[in-house]
Amino acid sequence: MAYSPHTPADRAAMLEAIGVASVDELFADIPVAVRASELKLPPPESEVELTHRLLGLAGRNRVDLVSFLGAGAYRHFVPAVVDQLLLRGEFYTAYTPYQPEISQGTLQTIYEYQSMMGELTGMDVVSASHYDGATATAEGALMACRATRRERVLVSRGVHPHYRQTLCTYFAGADLVADEIPLVADGPKAGTTDLAALERMLADPERPVAGVVAANPHFLGLLEPMAQVGRLAHAAGALFVAVVEPVSLAVLASPASYGADIACGEGQPLGIPLSYGGPYLGILACREPLVRQIPGRLVGMTTDVDGRRAFVMTLRAREQDIRREKASSNICTNQALCALAASIYLGAIGPHGLRDVAALGAARAAELERALAAAGAPRLHPGPYLNEFAVRVLNAPEVHRRLLGRGVLAGLALAAVEPDDPSLADALLVCATEVTTPAEIAAFAAALGDEIGRAVR
Amino acid sequence: MAQDLRYTKEHEWVRVVGDLATVGITDYAAGQLGDIVFVELPEVGRSLAQFDAVGVIESVKAVSDLFAPISGEVVEANADLAGSPELVNGDPFGKGWMLRIRIADSGQLDALLDQAAYEDLTREG
Amino acid sequence: MTAAGDRLGPTLFERSRPGRGGGRIPHPPKDALSRIPPDQLRTEGPHLPEVAEPELTRHYVNLSQLNYAVDTGFYPLGSCTMKWNPKVNEWAARLPGFASLHPFAPDELAQGTLALLWELEGALAEIGGMRDVTLQPAAGAQGELTGILMVRAYHRSRGDLERTEVLVPDSAHGTNPATASMAGFKTVSIRSASDGGVDLEAFRAALGPTTAAVMITNPSTLGLFESRIGELIEAVHAAGALAYMDGANLNAIMGRFKPGEAGFDVMHINVHKTFATPHGGGGPGAGPVGVGEKLLPFLPSPRVLREPDGSFRLERPGERPTSIGRVRSFAGSAGVLIRAYAYIRAQGDAGLREVSDDAVLAANYLMTRLTGVLDIPFSRHCMHEFVASGATLKAETGIRTLDVAKRLIDYGFHPPTIYFPLTVEEALLIEPTETESIETLDAFVEALRSVVEEAHADPDLLHSAPHSSPVRRLDETTAARQPNLRWRAMTGEQTPCPD
Repeated sequence: MAYSPHTPADRAAMLEAIGVASVDELFADIPVAVRASELKLPPPESEVELTHRLLGLAGRNRVDLVSFLGAGAYRHFVPAVVDQLLLRGEFYTAYTPYQPEISQGTLQTIYEYQSMMGELTGMDVVSASHYDGATATAEGALMACRATRRERVLVSRGVHPHYRQTLCTYFAGADLVADEIPLVADGPKAGTTDLAALERMLADPERPVAGVVAANPHFLGLLEPMAQVGRLAHAAGALFVAVVEPVSLAVLASPASYGADIACGEGQPLGIPLSYGGPYLGILACREPLVRQIPGRLVGMTTDVDGRRAFVMTLRAREQDIRREKASSNICTNQALCALAASIYLGAIGPHGLRDVAALGAARAAELERALAAAGAPRLHPGPYLNEFAVRVLNAPEVHRRLLGRGVLAGLALAAVEPDDPSLADALLVCATEVTTPAEIAAFAAALGDEIGRAVR
Repeated sequence: MAQDLRYTKEHEWVRVVGDLATVGITDYAAGQLGDIVFVELPEVGRSLAQFDAVGVIESVKAVSDLFAPISGEVVEANADLAGSPELVNGDPFGKGWMLRIRIADSGQLDALLDQAAYEDLTREG
Repeated sequence: MTAAGDRLGPTLFERSRPGRGGGRIPHPPKDALSRIPPDQLRTEGPHLPEVAEPELTRHYVNLSQLNYAVDTGFYPLGSCTMKWNPKVNEWAARLPGFASLHPFAPDELAQGTLALLWELEGALAEIGGMRDVTLQPAAGAQGELTGILMVRAYHRSRGDLERTEVLVPDSAHGTNPATASMAGFKTVSIRSASDGGVDLEAFRAALGPTTAAVMITNPSTLGLFESRIGELIEAVHAAGALAYMDGANLNAIMGRFKPGEAGFDVMHINVHKTFATPHGGGGPGAGPVGVGEKLLPFLPSPRVLREPDGSFRLERPGERPTSIGRVRSFAGSAGVLIRAYAYIRAQGDAGLREVSDDAVLAANYLMTRLTGVLDIPFSRHCMHEFVASGATLKAETGIRTLDVAKRLIDYGFHPPTIYFPLTVEEALLIEPTETESIETLDAFVEALRSVVEEAHADPDLLHSAPHSSPVRRLDETTAARQPNLRWRAMTGEQTPCPD
């Protein structure tokens, strides 16, 4: 096989040194009764055959459509230098930096990642990374329960449905309760978290709340009254868990500035390919007093015996390999390489570049809003948004499907992910980023206008 | 090791004055854990039951529970340990003390080890 | 060794100069943010580094050179399985058809990835002898959580609410008890037998109506195959509990032992250990979970489904109410799974079997050659890894296993896993993998022999090792007592950069 260094002579030499006649003897501990049946898999493939097969599979995906799809995973420009550096084998094929003397590269890049996310979120402590936005949010909510010794969190319906569902899975396992805060049904605040409902839910003395989870921008793209959510949470003795999108933090208020105790989010927009859902990057951050509640690895600055500045994994006693059943989480592997990609991306783009990414996306989204409204698809909600919003289109799933045939991926038909919400039955969630062009917007609007016109006729 | 103390199998010491018990971990325990970096203690006013895990002692690469050697209410927790956990290594029977507990049932003291019994325990490892 | 120290450099923040970099993104119109309410806007920062591409590149290239990696040398890390990561897999994952596919792309646009995932599920089910597989979990530890949550759902679905305990041998990975706690179970730790295997009688005594599952790693974390596994699983099932297989060591047994056939109800797989996806300095991984018939209804959603016409689709929200739900966003880490798929197709049936055979052969060779250099506590043939011990060396010289490990760095080797499993004194867990040549294995033996000689002749050399690495032993105590976990660009409170 291509990846094996052993020749028949090598194998013979090893068998002889061990003193056995065949490899089978080394497996003698496996009782006959439990020995495996034949492995029914295809035969080995040469690299030529393999590459043909993979090209064929990749070719069966369609990535050539004009896309306005976001909904938690975003198309962005990634400078070429990001992947060039990421591919260095010294990063790519390194183990977790348990031996700091020969892992300073990985350790320093994690420290820098923690620092950059600290700048974006304003938080004191950032974990070395978590799996994705959904699991980071679930862990953030669990942190709130541990820190307050309470067993119930309130989660805004504006939080990404996958995050809410993941949180529920985790909470069911831990015998904790997650209740949903509704969104305002109509009026100028339609679609944002219902603060009056939140206040009522927080007021139940029998069921004290550990944390309130809200997202900004939220799943439908709207900006939320985060400061007010935070004040209500704190007044009830609960922690405030903010779900954020990192590119937006170049221009939007940071979670620390509006009082969040814990910040979570999806780091994919920072230079990480879409790849049908992963690997992505869970951002998890908190204020200093919660440092011992945060799950996952942390890297700190220290010195070596010669006084040189160096980096090391620290506060290790929170982790599963030491604390075992009392660990704050079972996480061990995180997303180090994705965190590295995000760091290199931020280094390459810089603070001004990141502002431009966010602002240009907002500008393109405003153009998109105008064009779609003119084509007969007005916004679903009146409130402010950054670069993603929902529009009303009758029979949205059907229109969405027909537009595929015209080369347009018209965002997300919300009925596909929120089938039980009648208010979203006739809605598309669309986004624009810095890579969206005016020509793409015009093509989308024209095609959508045709489809809407066809329906009217 | 001080003469006037009682000990637990979990390597804690207890000094009783009146109805107050002062609690810490022994030099043996501190040595086994290594450099202690963090001590989490129960809040003042909390009611503890004998031998329950009530706190956590972390070193660089190990972690240990702190057990209540005796039932009662926490009247004081050593606030200095938050900023200076190294006191536990440097002066485990003195400035490295952890809790003062108002003893609920002094009969429970009988369940603790005396000096000789504790020395036997540490000799066995 | 200041020459090595010179390789350290400033942080990216220290390299930053106002006005450097830029030029990659078109400027937005001035009024781009005018419709955002002022109270939603950021008023200062973020103070991210400003660097131009040459400095950026040198920063990361220089940092990379401070790392040890599979691409630079041998990692005999027991239980971690640092095998070769084939380069063609990187090429595959980067094909635009895979990498640019949005996770909410309608099924008809995603047929290539869905077909690949479906086929990979089938291959993993075949290798594990399981009924079916979910690819959703983001890592092995999350796979464990997924598996144990399914166990919980299974017992609850039967109205059996009394099963509150998970039994775990004391040699288990720390994730096992941590996982049990996350899923709301109490962990009961069962001692190992003196030969390193599971103590069947201890398990029998602990099994009962409150046992939800038994988590077994086989081969064990001692690198030994649990030869009484059949009896153990029988006892588990007789008690009404389920058998969980920690598949961390699946790389040793492909084609030789299929956990599902032996009766395991659920197992997770760490794709980097068995299927050669790169470790990345700590992720990303993927943790597929295989299940038998009993747990099939509870698999997380969405599943990849094959339609009668041969097309593929993702399960829709709410389509299978018995599911434990979602354990993460979207369908899974397809980018990692593509690499695992490519590896399995390249190896094929014969290749995967050879992988396990060679891994076991290399481990036994290394164990044989190290006999007499270090203590070998379990004398039977090992599987893909084996435990050595520095207990005698410590008694004779005072040198700890930690010092031996650190000295190996000076010989150009990554240290083995040390002080794990917890059940063996001064343990070194050594795993050569199948991708290290016999010359490399021999060189490692000679290095260890030399280190042991040095322990007798010049123990101080080991106490202060390593000597040739970019930095030497670190002050981990201060790092933990006064944690400095992020750079504060504006306060200047950090230590100055090294010269």
